[in-house]
Amino acid sequence: MVDMTADTPLISLQNINKHYGDYHALRNINLDIRQGEFFSLLGPSGCGKTTLLRTIAGFEDYDTGYVTITGRDMRGVPANKRPTNMVFQSYAIFPHLSVIENVAFGLRKARMSKADKTQAAEAALEMVGLKGYGHRAAHALSGGQRQRVALARALVLKPKVLLLDEPLSALDRKMREQMQVELIKLQREVGITFILVTHDQEEALVMSDRIAVMFEGEIAQCDDPEVLYRNPKSKRVADFIGVMNFLPATVREEDGRYIATIAGLGETEISEAQCPGGVPVGAATVGFRPETLTLLYEGQSATHREAPAMIDEVVYYGDMTYYDVRFDGVDHPARISMRNIFGRDVLAVGTQARVNWSPGALVVFEQSA
Amino acid sequence: MKTLKVYAIFYLIFLYAPIFLLPLFAFNSSTIIAFPLESFTTEWFTQLLTLSEMHGALLNSLKIAVISALLATTLGIFAAMAVSRYSFPGQKGIMGFIMLPLVLPEIIVAVSLLIVILRIGLDTGAWSVIAGHTLICTPFAIAILQSAFAALDPALEEAAYDLGETPVSTFRLVTLPLVMPGIISALLISFTISMDEFIIAFFLTGADPTLPVYLFSMLRFPKLLPAVMALGTILVVLSILLITIAEYFRRRGAKRTGNDTGGFL
Repeated sequence: MVDMTADTPLISLQNINKHYGDYHALRNINLDIRQGEFFSLLGPSGCGKTTLLRTIAGFEDYDTGYVTITGRDMRGVPANKRPTNMVFQSYAIFPHLSVIENVAFGLRKARMSKADKTQAAEAALEMVGLKGYGHRAAHALSGGQRQRVALARALVLKPKVLLLDEPLSALDRKMREQMQVELIKLQREVGITFILVTHDQEEALVMSDRIAVMFEGEIAQCDDPEVLYRNPKSKRVADFIGVMNFLPATVREEDGRYIATIAGLGETEISEAQCPGGVPVGAATVGFRPETLTLLYEGQSATHREAPAMIDEVVYYGDMTYYDVRFDGVDHPARISMRNIFGRDVLAVGTQARVNWSPGALVVFEQSA
Repeated sequence: MKTLKVYAIFYLIFLYAPIFLLPLFAFNSSTIIAFPLESFTTEWFTQLLTLSEMHGALLNSLKIAVISALLATTLGIFAAMAVSRYSFPGQKGIMGFIMLPLVLPEIIVAVSLLIVILRIGLDTGAWSVIAGHTLICTPFAIAILQSAFAALDPALEEAAYDLGETPVSTFRLVTLPLVMPGIISALLISFTISMDEFIIAFFLTGADPTLPVYLFSMLRFPKLLPAVMALGTILVVLSILLITIAEYFRRRGAKRTGNDTGGFL
């Protein structure tokens, strides 16, 4: 049913549904993943992202739909016959083998000489920065090193797709940030399609070319990181990716124009492009990112619009300060992030401040969405 | 606190004093098993070498123990895998049923096996002892192997499969080497249990007695009693040695897979 043409996506998921008993684990998944892409499946735990990854790997069956890789239907093709390799969350390094034996494990059945296998394994180790570690015992490695061995072991087989199941979640923060950068570099170097499963939105934003956000077994939005951050399709996606402030509002139509009355901010015209779910005439929710607002200091005037607010809380991060401010007539605080500039004081809690906001940076959702 | 300490010490003496008396009398030159001790001798151990009937019993016991251990461990591997890798309806009930011989009185097992065998019209012999011993050893093998399989990350098997191996080669290359310490430990414990077992062997052994059964028959001859002591000493030392080796392997396996669950010592 699928033919192999030039613009066939590398992986195509069509209408995938899966149940565990009564539990609907995957709901109508449709997804195309391109050759050479760094793709992320992002969502809270239990959203089905790992199940979806394991479906691509061949570890999970599905009730309906098609999984095709390079145009080939994968139904009935077991994991050991698929052009995919996986990096497991626990890394699954074989503890009874040395590092080099682990890396060369998948080459056991390859038609190449023993010397070539060793050489390929050594090259893979070098690629992940573990040159010379080959003869160490696998169970004596640190978390970061195990991660690298797992990568080398999967990459040595030159799979069409590398599947990564929360590969960085077991590492400490510093190591994780370092590995994020290394993974991006590695992916560019080898040109293999990476599919990453993560619950960490920051990780997904940093690493991916495209991200599919999943909730309850469904793909809520699939876009590149910038679109996802700037134009979330739903309030839930907006809330999950980064920080978004929400204010209640009402929208009315006037001579073909849409006017929103926003609690604490006042009236402004909004465009249809700002409403991902269609213009919600009537009760609505307005969202804005912390960095789209700025606090005005004495002598500064607003570049767009101005609203009074009371500073509720100050969180100082060194390079940044987060202010939680309360607009007039709003009972929950909104977060504003400000870059700290040399010579400018951090404002104190309880200060009556003026906030500069821009109508164009608002995203308008239906109230319930 | 102090009474508890005293109690604990008396408890241990009560448990182990008879076993310590065994070597004491085994090296005592008097034929009467009583204090005071006379002089040191190894005569009873050399006497063991001349008892050809005992050698037959020993060989019989070794044969039965080796075969029972192999059977119990093989069955144990299947059961432990079924429990740790799959879930199916009635799993808990079936497992409870398999583990039942652990608490079943051996005399009941022995008598019922004897009745069944005679009713079918078969003769008792080494094979019926093996059947009985496999029955009582299997739960021990399962308990040990279950901890070995539980300690094994299922992702390891998936990883091997993902890297192109078949389910069979995955078992051979990954599962088996990683649970091998558990398998060795299960073999040794089953072997020891079968070697020492008396009741089932007594009822089902037929014409060729096992070592414990032969030992029991020797008790009727006071002259041979010191030799029994000597044999008992050897058996105790061997048992302790085997259990220690079994536990060593189990712990080594647990250390390698990084978590220690279960075990008997």
